Amino acid sequence: MLMRHEVGLHARPSVKLTKLAKAFESRIDLGLSPEGPWVDAKSIVKVMATKAPKDSTIYFRAEGADAKAALAALVTLVDGDFQDGP
Amino acid sequence: MDHRTHRAAYRIEGRSAAPGIALAPLVRLAPVKHDARQYRSAAEEHQALVDALAASQADLISLAHEAGDVEAEAILAFQIALVEDDNLTAPALASIAGGEVANRAWSAAIDSEIASYDGASDPYFRARASDLRDLRDRVLRHLSGEVDQTVPAGVIVAADDMAPSTFLATDWRDGGLVLRRGSPSSHVAILARSRGVPMIVGIEVDQLEDGTDALLDGDAGLLIVDPDADMRTSYCQRRAEQSEARQAFASFSGPALTATGEPVRVMINVTGLAELRDIDPAHVDGIGLMRTEFLFQGRERLPTEEEQYEIYKRMLEWAAGRPVTIRTLDAGGDKPIAGLTQPGDINPFLGVRGVRLSLRHLDVFRAQLRALARAAVAGNLKVMIPMVTVPDELDRCRTLLEQAVEDLRREGGEAQMPPLGMMVEVPAAALTIEDFHADFFSIGSNDLIQYVAAASRDEPQLADLARPSRAVFSLIGHVVSYANRSGREASLCGDLAGDPAQIAALLDQGLRSFSVAPGALRPVKAAIARYSGPAA
Repeated sequence: MLMRHEVGLHARPSVKLTKLAKAFESRIDLGLSPEGPWVDAKSIVKVMATKAPKDSTIYFRAEGADAKAALAALVTLVDGDFQDGP
Repeated sequence: MDHRTHRAAYRIEGRSAAPGIALAPLVRLAPVKHDARQYRSAAEEHQALVDALAASQADLISLAHEAGDVEAEAILAFQIALVEDDNLTAPALASIAGGEVANRAWSAAIDSEIASYDGASDPYFRARASDLRDLRDRVLRHLSGEVDQTVPAGVIVAADDMAPSTFLATDWRDGGLVLRRGSPSSHVAILARSRGVPMIVGIEVDQLEDGTDALLDGDAGLLIVDPDADMRTSYCQRRAEQSEARQAFASFSGPALTATGEPVRVMINVTGLAELRDIDPAHVDGIGLMRTEFLFQGRERLPTEEEQYEIYKRMLEWAAGRPVTIRTLDAGGDKPIAGLTQPGDINPFLGVRGVRLSLRHLDVFRAQLRALARAAVAGNLKVMIPMVTVPDELDRCRTLLEQAVEDLRREGGEAQMPPLGMMVEVPAAALTIEDFHADFFSIGSNDLIQYVAAASRDEPQLADLARPSRAVFSLIGHVVSYANRSGREASLCGDLAGDPAQIAALLDQGLRSFSVAPGALRPVKAAIARYSGPAA
């Protein structure tokens, strides 16, 4: 699942993203290319460490019971430029 | 209660950095002690770190509740997320299991993250290193049992040194500041003067005891610890006199005239809109210097073009047609900005600062120039470039500003080319002032003095050298005389202009325009009124 975004994975969007990811049971990974490397989307340290600049493409992959719902929620968040996160 | 019974008052002499007096309890701000902890056992170290992390988390959550503004909340939310992240804490706990003491284990774990941010190429991510340091120090304070470093209101703060952003984040009402380091011309001192916070420097703060009452005399550069009843009474009298003087100031309006009736322009130096609240624009001839560094400091991210435009426009609206001189970002030197200025610069005052920095970060500079070109439509704006050394720097700035105006108009927006001038603070520029294509000149005496004398303004032992000398006045005279000959305005916006004792000497040099801290308006206007021409 991939998404472009306007602001870059700065602190505020990263906090929203990890909070949202933690709301799901599935294992959720985030990467900047379809081949990875993948990092834990629930960890602020790992997500910020990608230092994704604005207009980069973010890829998500999820595995678990609520994987589909998790991906849909994350895509909505990134798609809306992180406006309405939890 | 009789304060003379148990302990005698004692006086400590320092140097005045900002006038005014305060009577309040002392609060020491101690630097973090990184190795203050004694190793106990792996189990105890583990528990100590877990407790310190939980306590830090609780601090941050309660700070976030009180923050009340979006920017601060976002910074705190990031730190909360970090402290809750096992990826940060697990390596520290593993190292404790291997026999390390808790504070060193924590420092090592977070320092490796800090190093990765420090090395980032994107300025935004580089600036995050300061958030991690803030969190690191908070946890270390809990580990060593020290109290939180938030500065309480209404106290006299005693510290080794203070960052300008810490100063700005503090409520100084009825308080004051005592520093061991720094000098009357450091940036915090400039802020203290402009906001009326009494301040002295050069005090050995280690000997001061937390919670003791003290009388800070910013006029005399004196700290009196445990003042007796008589001293307290005289303090109350002086406070009353000062408040009368302030009222007199409030009615001090109209243009400044010398004793022979010659008009002199007196403008003010400001850092933001907050300072303008209590000033009637009718009392001043405009803003001679608006520093923009503080829009960039202590923030999660650099200000956008839009944010800058809003602030500049409101300044111009306040001035209601009077000139407003906005200086482009003057970072570097004693004004570092996380993610922008170079950390670890060996000699920051001779390094990449002012226009040198702006011309190396064109994205940041262009956003500021665009905001200024848009704001120019709203009033009498003048744009000033700091630290210009050679004509080419100013020429490049002019091209960039013209480009910004052109781009904005092509995009269908409103923009205007404001007059573009330069700060004269580098001796090389002062000596060859005829070579610069500037619309106006503003002499920055603080840096000019330290560069002419090769004496740091932050070195208390060299205070005698870092005073205005004949060499400095000769350079000022050279610049003013060229400006007057060529029909350009020259003004002086350094601390020299705010010193009533120097006004006559500056008027002797032909200077007829000053820009001073708002608190100095009245004494400076009074000194101008006493002037009746050069001494025979």
